Amino acid sequence: MKSDSKQPRDTEAGEQKHKIGIAYLWLGDRIFKVLVVLLGISIIMLALGMAWVLYSEGSDALSEFGFFTFISSRVWDPAVQLVFGAWPFIFGTLVTSFMALIIAFFPALAVAIFSAEYAPRRLAAIIDNLVQLIAAIPSVVIGIWGIFVLAPWLRDTIYMPIFDWTAINFPELLPVLGNPIGYGMATATIVLAVMIIPYTTALAKDAIKAVPKDQREASWALGSTRWEVIRMAVLPYARGGIIAGAILSLGRAIGETMAVAMLIGNKNTLPFSIFGAGATMPSVIVNEFREAVESLHLSSLMAIGFVLFLIALIVNLTASYINRKLSIGGNQIL
Amino acid sequence: MKSMRRREIHNKMMEGVLVVATVLVLLPLLIIVGHVLVEGVGALNSDFFTQELGSPSRALLDRPTGLVHTIIGTVVVDLLALAIAVPIGIGAGMMLSEYPEHLLNPTLRIMNDTLNGMPAILKGLFAFVLIVKPMGTFSGLAGAVALSFVMIPIIARATESALMAIPWTIREAGLALGIPRWRVVISTVMPAAKIGMVTGLLLAFARAAGEAAPLLFTSFGNNYLPDHWLGFIFNPVDTLPQRLYSLAISPYSEWHSMGWAAAIVLLAFVVLIFIIARVATRDRMKL
Repeated sequence: MKSDSKQPRDTEAGEQKHKIGIAYLWLGDRIFKVLVVLLGISIIMLALGMAWVLYSEGSDALSEFGFFTFISSRVWDPAVQLVFGAWPFIFGTLVTSFMALIIAFFPALAVAIFSAEYAPRRLAAIIDNLVQLIAAIPSVVIGIWGIFVLAPWLRDTIYMPIFDWTAINFPELLPVLGNPIGYGMATATIVLAVMIIPYTTALAKDAIKAVPKDQREASWALGSTRWEVIRMAVLPYARGGIIAGAILSLGRAIGETMAVAMLIGNKNTLPFSIFGAGATMPSVIVNEFREAVESLHLSSLMAIGFVLFLIALIVNLTASYINRKLSIGGNQIL
Repeated sequence: MKSMRRREIHNKMMEGVLVVATVLVLLPLLIIVGHVLVEGVGALNSDFFTQELGSPSRALLDRPTGLVHTIIGTVVVDLLALAIAVPIGIGAGMMLSEYPEHLLNPTLRIMNDTLNGMPAILKGLFAFVLIVKPMGTFSGLAGAVALSFVMIPIIARATESALMAIPWTIREAGLALGIPRWRVVISTVMPAAKIGMVTGLLLAFARAAGEAAPLLFTSFGNNYLPDHWLGFIFNPVDTLPQRLYSLAISPYSEWHSMGWAAAIVLLAFVVLIFIIARVATRDRMKL
């Protein structure tokens, strides 16, 4: 700014105002856009950085054993031989997650249908909020309930009778069944199912709500009962969204950590049995990361994190692909 | 062709099945919350909010012990995480909604969804490598960074949809008056989208506040109050979810009941934020 100018004051003020105006209008927009775009790019960097960090930290283990040997080897021995294979954990994760989805899918779909098509608006709002509340319960709170309430109850009232009955009638099946200690694959799966139901429900309801009114009205006009409208007009149209939602819920189950780590019993060697202890990728990271001393052990845990990243990525991309392909128009595939 | 009667019966039957399924799904909520309430209220006492945890012997010898350091630590770490996540999340959300023609937007959307879909434990590992390794110590800061990774994608998505819900005509009205774009966004669009954005923040906060997995390798945990308040940021810090996990898997029954007390406090904290967020959204729907 010109401080010792001899021009009249009002002109100087006008000039100054003009300069501020340019800064305010033009520079302000420039700065704003650069700032906003930088913040946006930082999210892209975060996602890419996460993949890169997990890969580079796990690269020692991956190059020591080779990627495919690492994911297919069944031996995980951090104590004596320092040999690391991730297959038990990949297996545990996939089995518990898929079983949880199978258990959760139909109840969740039923709640979504009931809340979207049957319940009066007020009741539907209550149901939706309660279902969302299940999702809001922290994983560790479900974990402590599982440890002290659910697991002992399941052991005494469900697992033991089944175990006893099998022991008498089909003793050769006992290794498949495993020890009914209460903490194991079955308990973890049940808790996982409870935890993913809210996601499956919410996404299925979104898909059902997105079905156009004409579709329903056409079916009503043909004389359908309410169930027939849902069965023949609504569900076929919404199936893309429903399936995509189920796959996203599967992603949730795969990444679920605390409740599973607290309830699965944590056993690092195959074979896992139905009632017996097992482990998943997140649970082994939680259990061993803080105690890992050997750098190869640490690197192997990071490599498991990288494999988990890849699996979660595949699941998410599959869900968005199905959502895109199946939901538009409704009748393109299947 | 089925008779009308059979179709009606089938219809009624399916309705019954749906009602039963809905009740069955909501039952666990009732059971879990009920147990936490019953066990937690019994374990709560004034020491819980005023004393630090100390070694297990304190609880075993019946000396005063509590989780005051954990509660303060949780508030510090969660708020710090929010402070980190808010600018990034809101900025990215604005990029998506205010510059819809930007070339990077499709990439940003995919990356944001990817980040959101990643298990929280991986965000903990990421923050471990990013903060704990260079600093050489576990710290509240590292925990906050890990939690901010949980919040950022949720905030970005919520901001985007809240801002998108404001019609373009409002922005055009502002621009027509000669107001620069950034002023239009900050003074017209953001106030109008306030409720949606705040709801997004609260839901992100509630989600992150319940996460334990990312904190185990970042803020780590601590049985004592730090000597100086900076210790909550630069030293290992206790947080409720992580402490609850440690208490639950500990071998002491005194610590188990303290775990239930921690559970009720954590649940109340998270559910309270959740309810505030829901009530805010409901008011908007009425308008």
